[in-house]
Amino acid sequence: MNAAVQFVHEQLTAKKEYPKFKSGDNITVNYKIIEGGKERIQSFRGDVVKLQGTGATASFTVRKISDGVGVERLFPFYSPNIDSIVLNKSGKVRRAKLYYLRERSGKSARIKEKRF
Amino acid sequence: MQFFISMMSSIPQRGINRNKMKGIIGKKIGMTSVFSADGKQTACTIIEAGPNVVTQVKTKDSDGYSALQLAFGDKKEKHSTKAELNHFAKAQTAAKKFVKEFRDYSIEKALGETITVDIFAEGEKVEVVGTTKGKGFQGVVKRHGFSGVGEQSHGQHDRQRAPGSIGGSSYPSRVFKGMRMAGRMGGDRVKMKGLKVVKIFPEKNYILISGSVPGHNGSIVLIQK
Repeated sequence: MNAAVQFVHEQLTAKKEYPKFKSGDNITVNYKIIEGGKERIQSFRGDVVKLQGTGATASFTVRKISDGVGVERLFPFYSPNIDSIVLNKSGKVRRAKLYYLRERSGKSARIKEKRF
Repeated sequence: MQFFISMMSSIPQRGINRNKMKGIIGKKIGMTSVFSADGKQTACTIIEAGPNVVTQVKTKDSDGYSALQLAFGDKKEKHSTKAELNHFAKAQTAAKKFVKEFRDYSIEKALGETITVDIFAEGEKVEVVGTTKGKGFQGVVKRHGFSGVGEQSHGQHDRQRAPGSIGGSSYPSRVFKGMRMAGRMGGDRVKMKGLKVVKIFPEKNYILISGSVPGHNGSIVLIQK
């Protein structure tokens, strides 16, 4: 990345400590939403489908099955609305972008857990 | 007759009732995004603006109009002509790559003084002038936003992006001037209006401007208001 872009990114984004996660991991994203002037925290638990981008524009996509319907949500990494991220399970996958999950459902859409 | 003369004199002539402007020459560096406190993400362009050196001050008395000539970007002495070097020597500065004149500058500056990003404030609306990326020879769909034929069947074959008719046969029996056709696209001077100054880093001469600006990274842009 360009040094100037890096500099601006470091100046403008608050440092946040999140657990290191990658595609295939099961995470819970706790994010702030404002409802009627009040702020509350909502959680979104699912599998990480992809990580993309660098610097301030980096983002990740989380996929979950909600009432039998697949739901994907994209979070910017440095969004101030993300309260915390919890790493639940690290998955064993062989690619970086898990788009194949979109065509699958049920048992074949599961991701094997990584055992150490 | 008298009426027309009085009317003519009331029309502001070009260069007389101009709005005062301020501006700076910069270099486009790249893009990033900035988050506001409520989590809104804004795409921003980083521009390394200045410091610019005033290399000539034009006044109404000496030149017929008032303007500031600014210079930006160092270049080697061996790449400059003697005329350039002597011109820059008057302002006591090294050889510069890019020189640009700004008419009716709103800030009083003397020869040899510098202009930095400090002339702008955060939240200010500015215009950015640049040269767009060259796209080469392009068809009418990309160049002028034609919709193409729109069908693949009903007798259409190999002409999905064709321009269609360019005029009548017996009348006017010629093609009108300015007919939009395929050709060279990009590489034009473009002014983007109403862009907002998001953030200024005076120590690094960086200025963050909302949205995109014309040109590739490293190209020269003018920020003005």
